[in-house]
Amino acid sequence: MIEVRNVSKVYGARRVVEDVSFTLPPGGVVSLIGPNGAGKSTLLSVMGRLLPADGGQVLLDGRDVAATDSAALARRLSILRQENHFVSRLTVRDLVAFGRYPYSGGRLTAEDRDRVAEALAFLDLTALADRYLDQLSGGQRQRAAVAMVLCQNTDYILLDEPLNNLDMRHAVAMMRLIRRAADDLGRTVVVVIHDINFASAYSDRILVMKDGRLQHDGPPAEIMRPDLLEAVFEIPVQVRQIEGQAVGIYYR
Amino acid sequence: MPAPKTRLLLLLGLTLVVCALFMTVGLRGRLSYVLAYRAQVMAAMVLVAVAVGASTVVFQTLTRNRILTPSVMGFDALFVLVQTAVIFFLGTGGWTGWPPLLRFGVETALMVGFACLLYRWMLSGPRRDLYRLLLAGLVCGILFRSLSELMQRMLAPTEFSVLQGRLFAQLTLPAGDLTLAAGALVLTAGALLWRSRRELDVMALGRETAVALGVGHDRVVTRMLILIAVMVSASTALIGPLTFLGFVAATLAYQLAGTTRHAVVLPFATLLAVVALAGGQMVLEYGFGMAGTLSVVIEFAGGSLFLWLLVRKGRM
Repeated sequence: MIEVRNVSKVYGARRVVEDVSFTLPPGGVVSLIGPNGAGKSTLLSVMGRLLPADGGQVLLDGRDVAATDSAALARRLSILRQENHFVSRLTVRDLVAFGRYPYSGGRLTAEDRDRVAEALAFLDLTALADRYLDQLSGGQRQRAAVAMVLCQNTDYILLDEPLNNLDMRHAVAMMRLIRRAADDLGRTVVVVIHDINFASAYSDRILVMKDGRLQHDGPPAEIMRPDLLEAVFEIPVQVRQIEGQAVGIYYR
Repeated sequence: MPAPKTRLLLLLGLTLVVCALFMTVGLRGRLSYVLAYRAQVMAAMVLVAVAVGASTVVFQTLTRNRILTPSVMGFDALFVLVQTAVIFFLGTGGWTGWPPLLRFGVETALMVGFACLLYRWMLSGPRRDLYRLLLAGLVCGILFRSLSELMQRMLAPTEFSVLQGRLFAQLTLPAGDLTLAAGALVLTAGALLWRSRRELDVMALGRETAVALGVGHDRVVTRMLILIAVMVSASTALIGPLTFLGFVAATLAYQLAGTTRHAVVLPFATLLAVVALAGGQMVLEYGFGMAGTLSVVIEFAGGSLFLWLLVRKGRM
């Protein structure tokens, strides 16, 4: 269980995250949505102990993530950041294999290799496994980064915009994969996502942030309401039920 | 394209050939004496090569770029400043009375302390951009050099000549006990770096990815800075400041090794530095009869490569 307790984060004079609290029981897919600059990525980084909180704390099964042994934590919680630029010249397989570092310390066992192959296959990367990252498109690099996180094989997975740069087919494949990780493997996945319709279609719960605060928290049916979405994103949004799924229409 | 391990073995072969040539070309006079002397020079070269090659590769990993090196960032200028300041404040009277090893130990300890304070502050926090770091390093280097010069001008002539003897130590005039002490430090630091080679591969992915994979990034940075400061102290004490040797070794290592894994790149850069030092010294001394000019040649060639890369790419 992840408990976020009164977390705040300040950059200079700007309060990017302000007094956010919520609890994530194990299992399920949780989407974090909101306009640009709402503090979603910052909150995710604090949850993944990449950034220290300026106030409050994040507990994983009752223990403060900032104070837990980082190596042990890396076997329970993984996080994918938005920026994935590496100076090292790595192949896709090299990068994905880093996901096993918390277990192998860099010396891969046969089991590690199997996991790497599995993750590569999951993300449709087997054919690209020996290509260098700088020879890949943005979407392929994005999938490689997600494969690395999957390889870490953790109960809790935090993904910052995993759909970045992905085409329709791979975006759907990614969301199905996330759904499967939650349903079949019992993982808890938190995704920062911009497309409200993907959030609506795939998550069990949606958290809505704006101006650093958590404004709404509920199942998709509760969040996918025109008045709520209009207030959050400040554009007109219509919501239709199509094939039993709430779809936001806001393109024109 | 041979595999990285094969390339490393090939380079090892080349290095052994160069070393053997260095030991045997143009032997004259009493054999035992000449061989002992050359072996000592060779040992100093290998130590410098390990120190400069490994510390540069690791520093580039910490700063996530392929341009900055400890020397460019003023590490060895800082060590010269420490050496100068010690003589300036203590005088040669008390200081030269100390055993050389103790002096070297004190200087190295001071260097490690200052380097950690300064560079930890410079490298910590959110990722700094390359040009700001480069500028800060150059300014620090100039500051350290000017301070050293200022103090050197204010020294008594006898004190100055003692200092000068230490600062312009040359490969061809190694001091025996210093080689031993520096050797012990370099090999210990080198062994510790080697043990961290896999951790360093993760560090190269950047702070956030490293933390996400459970590597205590900031702690590793501190530990590595200590080792780098120790290695730079040892190599500067042995042959004086060499700004671009590390840069040349690391740059060529990344070009030629065919991988970015530290398990290969660290020894690769070290061996390349051995080849540059021993091969260069051999060609200059026995080919052209110019024993004392190696550092000039390395600085010139290395500096040109540095400028060319900086202008061409700005980053690597």
